[in-house]
Amino acid sequence: MTVLVAIFLAGGAFFLLVSTVGILRLPDFFTRSHAVGKSETLGALLTLTGLALHLGWQLSSAKLFLVIFLIAVTNPTGIHTLARAALRSGEKVWTRDKGMPYGPNPLPKPGKGWDQFRSAGEERDLP
Amino acid sequence: MTAMLTGFGLFLVGTILAKMVRIVRGPTVFDRLLAVGAIGTDTVILLLVIGLIYGRPDGYIDLAITYAVLNFIGVVAAAKYLDRGEIGPGHGETR
Repeated sequence: MTVLVAIFLAGGAFFLLVSTVGILRLPDFFTRSHAVGKSETLGALLTLTGLALHLGWQLSSAKLFLVIFLIAVTNPTGIHTLARAALRSGEKVWTRDKGMPYGPNPLPKPGKGWDQFRSAGEERDLP
Repeated sequence: MTAMLTGFGLFLVGTILAKMVRIVRGPTVFDRLLAVGAIGTDTVILLLVIGLIYGRPDGYIDLAITYAVLNFIGVVAAAKYLDRGEIGPGHGETR
């Protein structure tokens, strides 16, 4: 059982570390919200599952599963609300093309399908 | 087991301190709020780890539930306020 708890804690620590690196290194608010909304949630769920296994069959373990359910529902909801507010208030989306302040374009010029996607995205109303 | 939990708690403190960098120098207010929400989630885990280290997880689990709910309400209220300048039903919304 200790080995199982250690495996769950190690997995959770890995995903929490990925979330921290993402929130520090990614170039944009939306990419950072991508890192936090998924990786942080999965890391928290793995960690709390490991702690519940460490507790065993108790009332505290049931409360811990309530915390797991609460985080699994509320964390992506909060990040989604934040990203929606950022998009509606005109936050710039990072791209690799011209017009971005993060250096020259390291990739070849994107093709026709990507242009259609971009024109469709620019003419679309905000959600 | 206590040594492993203590190490995991120190790891969580390290990630929280690393995320505070984004709060300090985030370009927009949304970056800061994102880091605040992530730190809140880390704090919930850290409370449970502290409760297990001290050997009485009951009260700490209640604290963690309360902190998770308050973190969610805080992030959503701040996002709604930044979205349309008020909290609650906006202009023309009925629900």
